Amino acid sequence: MIPHLLSMADLDAAAITRILDTAESLKGVALRPIKKVPILRGRTVCNLFYEDSTRTRISFEIAAKRLSADVINFSLTGSSVAKGESLKDTALTLQAMGVDAVVVRHAASGAPTQLTRWINARVLNAGDGWHQHPTQALLDLFTIRERRSRVAGLRVTICGDIAHSRVARSLTQGLVTMGATVTLVGPPTLIPPGASHWGAAINHDLDVTLPQTDVLYLLRMQRERMGEPCFPSIREYTRLWGVNRDRLAALPEDAIVMHPGPMNRGVEITADVADAGSAVITDQVTNGIAVRMSCLYLMLGGEEARGESTAFPKSASSRAAEKHSVSPPAVGGDSRGDPGKGSK
Amino acid sequence: MRGTYTLTGCRVIDPASHVDGYANVVISGERIADVGRKGAGLRIDAEGLVVAPGLVDLHCHLREPGREDAETVATGTAAAAAGGFTAVCPMANTDPVCDHVGVVEQVRRRAADAGYCDVYPVGAITRGLAGNELAELGAMAAIGVRCFSDDGMPVRSARMMRCALRYAKTWDAIICNHAEEASLTDRAQMNEGALSSALGLAGWPHEAEEVQVARDLILAHGLGSRLHIPHVSTRGTVELIRAAKARGSRVTAEACPHHFTLCETEVASFDPVFKVNPPLRTAEDVEAVRAGLADGTIDAIATDHAPHPPETKEREWDYAPCGMLGLETALALTITELVKPGVLTLAQAIACLATKPAASRDIIGHGGPIQAGAPANLVVFDPSASWTVDPERLSSRSRNTPYAGRELLGKVVHTILRGRFTCRQGQVV
Repeated sequence: MIPHLLSMADLDAAAITRILDTAESLKGVALRPIKKVPILRGRTVCNLFYEDSTRTRISFEIAAKRLSADVINFSLTGSSVAKGESLKDTALTLQAMGVDAVVVRHAASGAPTQLTRWINARVLNAGDGWHQHPTQALLDLFTIRERRSRVAGLRVTICGDIAHSRVARSLTQGLVTMGATVTLVGPPTLIPPGASHWGAAINHDLDVTLPQTDVLYLLRMQRERMGEPCFPSIREYTRLWGVNRDRLAALPEDAIVMHPGPMNRGVEITADVADAGSAVITDQVTNGIAVRMSCLYLMLGGEEARGESTAFPKSASSRAAEKHSVSPPAVGGDSRGDPGKGSK
Repeated sequence: MRGTYTLTGCRVIDPASHVDGYANVVISGERIADVGRKGAGLRIDAEGLVVAPGLVDLHCHLREPGREDAETVATGTAAAAAGGFTAVCPMANTDPVCDHVGVVEQVRRRAADAGYCDVYPVGAITRGLAGNELAELGAMAAIGVRCFSDDGMPVRSARMMRCALRYAKTWDAIICNHAEEASLTDRAQMNEGALSSALGLAGWPHEAEEVQVARDLILAHGLGSRLHIPHVSTRGTVELIRAAKARGSRVTAEACPHHFTLCETEVASFDPVFKVNPPLRTAEDVEAVRAGLADGTIDAIATDHAPHPPETKEREWDYAPCGMLGLETALALTITELVKPGVLTLAQAIACLATKPAASRDIIGHGGPIQAGAPANLVVFDPSASWTVDPERLSSRSRNTPYAGRELLGKVVHTILRGRFTCRQGQVV
């Protein structure tokens, strides 16, 4: 496992599979009468959110608490940050307080990467600028695998504001790593320059791609990040790239529709599509907790990390050796039994 | 130290008089007394060393007045002396802006008091760099300002730019416009391309530079005015300048060491020490800038020395300011990255660092020639000595060098300003 979770680019197929397999085992914890296992008892996780987020912060908080970690929520308002404290000083403060992991959300791309230079704790990127949102990509991969029993070979269409979306970047990388075929769809002004190097096809005509789509992934317009508008009007956008019942009908029968939320109903997705049986949007939210539990467990739990903070293997050879040891988490010691058994 | 002394056995490279050979250089008082076989006074062994005209920097930021926490005229000129410079041209984006005689004189006075380096302040083109009304170019020209620039801020309006080019002709002064079409760089963070997309940083397209340079070249050509293009960073800009020179425009251009030694891949570290305006570009652009220096399209190597205190650089990439130190590494980077690989001869390198920048800005007494009677403004360096860049050992008040830990070839031994050592045996004095 990697010391920090910063970018999907750091994860190979074996690492992704290990995270998803572990998440599958941990998903069962939610089905128990007492939704808690003591894996991370005595560990402290800090949610450091420089950007407003309800869903991701709560998801991480629930994930950490179900693993019995202590959780601190650090948000902008009323904190030392509002008084002008720098990211570096906040990091040094958390370091001095002995936090084991920092879950960071930041409007500036690269802030989680910078944190790793100032802090020994594990850093989990919960979304940075337009750059990366790896746990979102992992929960999406988990959901796709759960629904379609595989990722490799599937045809995934990601439609919307690719340019300003960290979700699009992380998910495309994850899908390409796992062997899916990805097509990015949207107006040319919302496809970032150089996206042709991402290993994905680019198409500006949604109607052409729909019949060849197993997974349709819709993105919100990030108008708050856009500056001057890159398209004439919402009405025109919806006409050309919004998904309504007619477009839903153009998908193959077993296709699924996904969205990272928050949705703008009536813009990129109509209400009836969002609520249709093929939409797995609430599954994504549910799976987010299991995937984040998996990441926290793999980064903080286990024998290796119990001893000291530098216990994770970093060398290429030790990482290669790990590829072959995909094992579910050792939570059997808990008197309430192995959560892995409840999940199947 | 002044008086009479002789640098013995050195290789004298003086592009101004087309000299490259071994000689003794006799200095008496403020001037060169003789170049030849003779010797007088104290003999200073310079065997194996090169004596060249003191370096001239067309583009730096000394931060005073206003940001003395980053640099002062005294610390910035000390850094210049350590880097082999005897003349530097600080930009006008101080606080208050150098848009009137008072600031020009203040900066000159500070420089004279420090005594490390001659300072030729660049005046602002527009009041407060705001782009709305011309600064009093005439008043500044009357006290010897030769170049005007709103560096950091482009003159956006074509009408204002044309007005400045036309007005500056009164004194045949030089207009240097920050080459950035601002509507294309809204919130831009790094060179636009596959890497900016992958890193999620807003792109800074090369077209933003080229559109502005093309406009300015057209305007200057039409008027016959003198135009200087700062910090050339893209292949397209090199091509535009090459074409303008071919059709006889009165244009000069500079490139910065970071634009011929570093490329955008450094940004993947998210370390803002690599954040600069214009941004680090692609390897292809780096090659084009090198070629532009080699064929003379780009006249000068300028540092764009831009000190920033650590707390402003140790921040999120988006929030950190642009700029990197340059004065103390420019000569060594030129030798390491251009002379050693054979892009420039050592004489061409000195022409780019001293002779041509002095000539392009009408600076008399710097940039050579090295001959009897000329002011003794000289750099003495060892072209084959290597050293490792240690930010803690720089003379600048700031530490934001992107070359920390880099081993470079070419070490300044002495810098001499009007006969007096400002740097001796590598130490600023």
